Amino acid sequence: MAINTDIQETSPELERLKELYADKGFVVTSINNLINWARTGSLHWMTFGLACCAVEMMHVGTPRYDVERFGAAPRASPRHADVLIVAGTLTNKMASALRKAYDQMPEPRYVISMGSCANGGGYYHYSYSVVRGCDRIIPVDVYVPGCPPTAEGLLYGLLQLQKKIRREGNIKR
Amino acid sequence: MSKSIEVAKEAIKKKCKPIEISDDFNQLQISISTNQILDVVDFIKNDEACEFRQITDIAGVDFPDRQKRFELIYHFLSFKHNSRLRIKIIIGEDESIPSITSIFPAANWFEREAFDMYGIQFKDHPDLRRILTDYGFEGYPLRKDFPLSGNVEIRYDEIDKKIIHEPVNLQQDFRSFDIQSPWERTNYLKEEKKNNE
Repeated sequence: MAINTDIQETSPELERLKELYADKGFVVTSINNLINWARTGSLHWMTFGLACCAVEMMHVGTPRYDVERFGAAPRASPRHADVLIVAGTLTNKMASALRKAYDQMPEPRYVISMGSCANGGGYYHYSYSVVRGCDRIIPVDVYVPGCPPTAEGLLYGLLQLQKKIRREGNIKR
Repeated sequence: MSKSIEVAKEAIKKKCKPIEISDDFNQLQISISTNQILDVVDFIKNDEACEFRQITDIAGVDFPDRQKRFELIYHFLSFKHNSRLRIKIIIGEDESIPSITSIFPAANWFEREAFDMYGIQFKDHPDLRRILTDYGFEGYPLRKDFPLSGNVEIRYDEIDKKIIHEPVNLQQDFRSFDIQSPWERTNYLKEEKKNNE
């Protein structure tokens, strides 16, 4: 009992905290939900524009589609990014660069494959210089079909990725 | 026929002695042999009647049936006379041709591209290496005898932790679009149906 009175007398911070709780209230959540909320709400994307899909990827960042309302902002460096959007034809010569960019991303990292070319070679499937799908180089979470997909399509893909992250729901990826 | 083309044609005819010269569709075109190239290019660049001061492109063509299989086509543009010039050169597989980078530095990458795609050797080129294809690429992809899907394909190997090259193994066959209308099915499906019946 003596200790209790001691604290009340010696820490005005606690008094203040008590007042704040009584006035503003507080929220209870599980740490899993908190982490998922943080992850889905700040999917910063790495711009890996390789062909015409990159134009649609730019549209998704413009005010009409405004992907930033979902907390996704374009980052120029893979070291800042959470999600890599492979937008366009992946050639053999570019493959090692893509892998390097992916390897530099911090965990947890996600990959969206955008457009027919990135999904499976698409129009250039039989070519001598094109990788038949970027999943031969890096693991892919979401495939967005189309040639090129509309900006809405990519936005939908991003929402699907958020859904996937929420569903997985574990801290370690 | 514009007068400047006529003048240029006469000048080239007189000075360069091309194998063939024509001006169909208001477009000058000359055929020359490989050892003439440096003199001709120097002439058409600096002569007052021509002044083709910009090189637009160098293209290659492969004719596998010919004895000398390649054709090089140089495109030039004259700002002064607002006209263009094509130079055609027939060249064999084991021959080489003098580089024109000493006259047109812009030809550097065009020649590298022609070398990359056809394997045409340019003599005295400052830096003749591949420009477009993958590092360590083998073969010349625009030759007619080069297989469409190439010889190697790549994937990332999870065990070696690096990108590896493997012989091509197509997961999907080549498709032949032999349908006349979208309502009919392709021939091989029709045959299959007939066999089943």
